[in-house]
Amino acid sequence: MTNQLAQYANVSLYSAMAVFTLAMVGYAVYLAGLVPSRDRGPARARAGELVGVGAAGGMPAGRHTVPASGAADGATTDGVTADATTDDAAATREGGAAATGDDAVPVRARKAGGMAGSLTWLGALLLVASATLRGLSVQRWPLGNMFEFAVMGSMFTVLAYCVWSTRRDLRWLGIFVIAPVLLVLGMAITVWYTDAAELLPSLRSYWLVIHVTVATLSVAVFTLACALTAVYLTKDGLERAGRPSFMDRFPTPRVLERLAYGLHIVAFPLWTFTLIAGAIWARQAWGSYWNWDPKEVWTFVIWVVYAAYLHARATSGWSRQAASYIALAGYLCILINYGVVNVFFVGQHSYSGL
Amino acid sequence: MAQATRERVTDPAQPRLGAKGWLRWTWRQLTSMRTALFLLLLLAIGAVPGSIWPQRSIDAARTADYIARHPTLGPWLDRFGFFEVYASPWFAAIYLLLLISLVGCVLPRSRQHWRAVRAAPPRAPARLARLQSHAEATIDAPADEVLHAAREVLRSKRFRVHAHDDASVSAERGHLKESGNLLFHVALVFVIVGVAVGHLFGWKGDVIVPVGQTFANTLSRYDTFSPGPWVDAEDLSPFTVHVDRLDATFEESVTGKGQFGQPRDFVAHVTTTSRPGAPAERETIRVNHPLEMKGASVFLLGNGYAPVITVRDAKGEVVYHDATPFLAQDNNYKSVGAVKVAGAQPKQLGFFGLFLPTAVITPDGGPSSVFPDAKRPALALGLYTGNLFPGGRPQSVFTLDTRELTQVKAKDGQPLRIWLEPGQTVQLPSGLGSITFDGVERFAGLSIRSDPGKLLTLVSALLALAGLVASLTIRRRRVFVRVSPAADPGRTVVSVGGLAKDDDDTLGEAVEDVLTALRHRTGTT
Ligand code: HEM
Repeated sequence: MTNQLAQYANVSLYSAMAVFTLAMVGYAVYLAGLVPSRDRGPARARAGELVGVGAAGGMPAGRHTVPASGAADGATTDGVTADATTDDAAATREGGAAATGDDAVPVRARKAGGMAGSLTWLGALLLVASATLRGLSVQRWPLGNMFEFAVMGSMFTVLAYCVWSTRRDLRWLGIFVIAPVLLVLGMAITVWYTDAAELLPSLRSYWLVIHVTVATLSVAVFTLACALTAVYLTKDGLERAGRPSFMDRFPTPRVLERLAYGLHIVAFPLWTFTLIAGAIWARQAWGSYWNWDPKEVWTFVIWVVYAAYLHARATSGWSRQAASYIALAGYLCILINYGVVNVFFVGQHSYSGL
Repeated sequence: MAQATRERVTDPAQPRLGAKGWLRWTWRQLTSMRTALFLLLLLAIGAVPGSIWPQRSIDAARTADYIARHPTLGPWLDRFGFFEVYASPWFAAIYLLLLISLVGCVLPRSRQHWRAVRAAPPRAPARLARLQSHAEATIDAPADEVLHAAREVLRSKRFRVHAHDDASVSAERGHLKESGNLLFHVALVFVIVGVAVGHLFGWKGDVIVPVGQTFANTLSRYDTFSPGPWVDAEDLSPFTVHVDRLDATFEESVTGKGQFGQPRDFVAHVTTTSRPGAPAERETIRVNHPLEMKGASVFLLGNGYAPVITVRDAKGEVVYHDATPFLAQDNNYKSVGAVKVAGAQPKQLGFFGLFLPTAVITPDGGPSSVFPDAKRPALALGLYTGNLFPGGRPQSVFTLDTRELTQVKAKDGQPLRIWLEPGQTVQLPSGLGSITFDGVERFAGLSIRSDPGKLLTLVSALLALAGLVASLTIRRRRVFVRVSPAADPGRTVVSVGGLAKDDDDTLGEAVEDVLTALRHRTGTT
């Protein structure tokens, strides 16, 4: 019975991977449609570049502006500042319709993008089915070992992407989300696979459900934010170099950076909560809320690095690009936490099941 | 301050700072955002070595082993505190500087915020069209009516409203953003204070209690005890815990990789009293469910076997009878231990060896255990005679100090080997008596801890989280409304402008909303 359900869970997982592969092809075709063709490319690229430089050039955007209300109040001391109106409006408009004007995208590419979107939803539902079946087969919350973390994490990442894409056009981001998810699922089923079973006594706690679920959700949002940050830095770099690319029709660097920030400030409190819930659980299970176990060390390091990112973004004299690199460093710490610490470091959290 | 500036202006060639100036300069540097950022990154980097190298406070044996295996690198790492990162001076330096920076940053910001909250919103700028967001319309109502409506609209949207003249209204909201941010930073300070209180006034101790025995919370009863620097260890809360039963279950049905024989559940059934003679209560302690006693919590962190052993002398008199804990060495509870018969005559006896819950003899001759539950228990022991406690120094209960002991040999000249299963008795050579393996009990490894700072830490951490959420989600905005008479009498041109701190991509909508609400209220469609 148990094994039967676990088998179904794996079949569902393999199907999700097949569907994601197709979705990735769809997103790739869509992006190919955005590549500037020879006659209209340069002009467009230059237009994009102008916006890009205006928005993200050198100074941190939004800080190089005039004091708001003059002498009546020290606007500079409390930080309420005015942005240049036109710049802002342009950025917002462009952010609304990604890939500037859908009509410019060839029909074939648009179709491929639409299909990829539907396939992504399908894959997400298959992952939900897989996680549910796995949970039923082991009769507990399916977050007890690395394999299960990877499946749940991927599920949350894709679901977050899908839900977000109902609110704005994110087809341009698709491939940057689905490709890493596929990679993780591949690792999960080959390297990290663990047979379905019950948990160690120390893992049997409702704090497991709370702490690990929120951690996984938080990592999913950080993943999207990292993908966006990488896209932002790449596009920004390409525009500064004046090189035309398919990214010219992505939202402006400024909009990309803001979207990434928006995700980071959702993920950061979730991670803060993860840290607190983990400490509460550690006290119940091990008697002390903080033991500097390797896993705890890295949870703390991740939290501090992202706090530094938020600070850097608010510190005058730090560019948005530099702050974004700190965010990438934060994600690198997440990868180390999951990929290296779980497997190689000795500690009380040795539950990877490997 | 003004004084200093003037002096410098009059003597620009020599910007001498003086001791006071230097102090002020250092303080400014330390409390700047850049320094905070730098210290945060340093803190992250500084915490990493503690996850790479074994830490003495967590696993002293592994640390010693590491140093032994790295004779050149090890001592150097040790010298720089890499095996004690979180208690090292350089790590302390980082977080203390951060703490100072934090306080130095929060105090002036609180003062500023206090003033800002009480101040009225500033005067409306002359030309609202130059603000971040702007909208304009002509409304069928006289100017004063429009301004009155504007105040009500803005108030209903939870703005604080103030008019500096007859032609405009200024409004402001979102001071809670800064309040949240300050709450977050202040709460972080108290998290650290809570940690410090726990460190100074907290203590922890470990004790092994075989089933059927009672633990009384006094210093002498502990196997190990580590108090904080300001703890009075002679004055512990005098509760007692009697272990009635210990249930352990292990995975037997699933045979997959890494699962067979895994522990599934441990439950200690205990009887407690809050002080000797107080009414007894029955409780259970299990993993994840500590027992809360007055002044301390009792955790079930370990378990194992305590074979009940009887030793008799040559005349058949009992000289030793006890449940003797053996310490598990692997996941199948192959355990080591020692039986110290101090009352044996004329020489003391010391048995040393293994307890095996599910015993097998492996092909290479070594006794081993293949399952953690007591399915086929056995004892494999050797015997020493002589003086058990040379110099009377304290020693581990699980090993023998063999410096003044000699090993007993069998007839063939090989060291004597004793193999016992429950109920069996073995006669010892040379009239030393006999040893009987009566049966198997379990023991509970209890860890008892007191942390008076934990509530402060928890509450502060939750407040920090609340402050953080407020700080990141609340939007700080100003909205100004300015009116001027339209060309046709009785109508008014209304101009609405909005300003925001940081990124605020819905500011435009908010400004439009205000204008729409104004139209509704004045009956213009
Ligand atoms: C323990 C060290 C610290 C941590 C973990 C920390 C964390 C944070 C976080 C997560 C934020 C983001 C909240 C937001 O953007 O509204 C923030 C904002 C801020 N922090 Fe800190 N902080 C620390 C120390 C400091 C220090 C020492 C200073 C002063 C120099 C400082 C000044 C600020 C300021 C001014 C903001 C507001 C930025 C803005 O909203 O524009 N922080 N801090």
